[in-house]
Amino acid sequence: MSDLLSLMAGLASLSVIAVGGGSAVIADMHRLIVDEHGWMDDAAFARAYALAQAAPGPNVLVVGVFGWHVAGPVGLLGATLAMCGPAAIMALGFAMFRARVAGAAWLRVAERGLVPVALGLVMASALLLGQAALATWGAMPLVGVAVTAATAVFVAATKRSPLWMLGAGAILGAILLG
Amino acid sequence: MSPSAGALFWAYLQVGLSGFGGANAWARRMLVEKRGWLTDAEYAERLGLGQALPGPNAMNTAIIVGHGFAGVAGAAAAVVGLFGGPLVILAALASLYDAYGAHPMVRGALAGVASAAAGMMLGTGIKMARKSHPSALMWGIGALVLTLALWRVPLPWIVLGLAPIGVFAAWLERR
Repeated sequence: MSDLLSLMAGLASLSVIAVGGGSAVIADMHRLIVDEHGWMDDAAFARAYALAQAAPGPNVLVVGVFGWHVAGPVGLLGATLAMCGPAAIMALGFAMFRARVAGAAWLRVAERGLVPVALGLVMASALLLGQAALATWGAMPLVGVAVTAATAVFVAATKRSPLWMLGAGAILGAILLG
Repeated sequence: MSPSAGALFWAYLQVGLSGFGGANAWARRMLVEKRGWLTDAEYAERLGLGQALPGPNAMNTAIIVGHGFAGVAGAAAAVVGLFGGPLVILAALASLYDAYGAHPMVRGALAGVASAAAGMMLGTGIKMARKSHPSALMWGIGALVLTLALWRVPLPWIVLGLAPIGVFAAWLERR
């Protein structure tokens, strides 16, 4: 139990500095979980990350897998709450402030100005995720590149559900690597 | 048309449950393409705010979108919808993973999903960039953010350093 509480305290303090999203502090999570407390080793940490990527939902749910590892189902909930709660309160406070100044010219400018930062970060995490995935293809990294490129074209050019491509990728991987 | 808290909950429940490879691409698909509640530019602006605020950006964006449509109840509905489904699935997966995670077919399928998820985010980014009609300066800022992030410059530095330049560019555009 005290393990879970110190995990939660660590995550809550990371939550409020994670500008750019949960992936901004993944290195700090590694330091907290692997280096400082030894709750997981390197391989287990990487596997937890891969599992959270493969599961549906926001990427931040990787902290739920860490919590599960430390304290089971209660850990899953506790870690998610610790990582999301403080940030959620700040975001809600901002949303309320935004509603009060709705339509202000400076707010419109600020919002429009953040768009290129948002899109740059989306593209960068896509490329970093794609690159990390290549290692899991073993001797066939080019297949991973092809799956990423084909899905990018499919999503950019059509309105069809990306689930088709995710499913096709899963089947291809299971056949080629299984 | 402004969706109710209940409509937000159902929409975000679907975003969470289908949100393989991260929720942002799926949230855009739901809010812009399927429901038509927001335009591409409006979604991109809310995502930008969600990223500039600390914490998980899919959640921050859901709170801003939910609050904008239906107040505090809308924000709560969006967040509960977004996390509720995936938490149940993750609990099931985590308990199965210890037993089957080392199986080559499972590893292969995970590799396939991870590569496709990367492509999905890339395709979504391309679509959003095309539809938000950025000026040359905006393109340059986006490309700089992308380059710095690929160099593994810590994200808070990138956001805090380049957000003011982006806002300045948006201010120039308005004049």
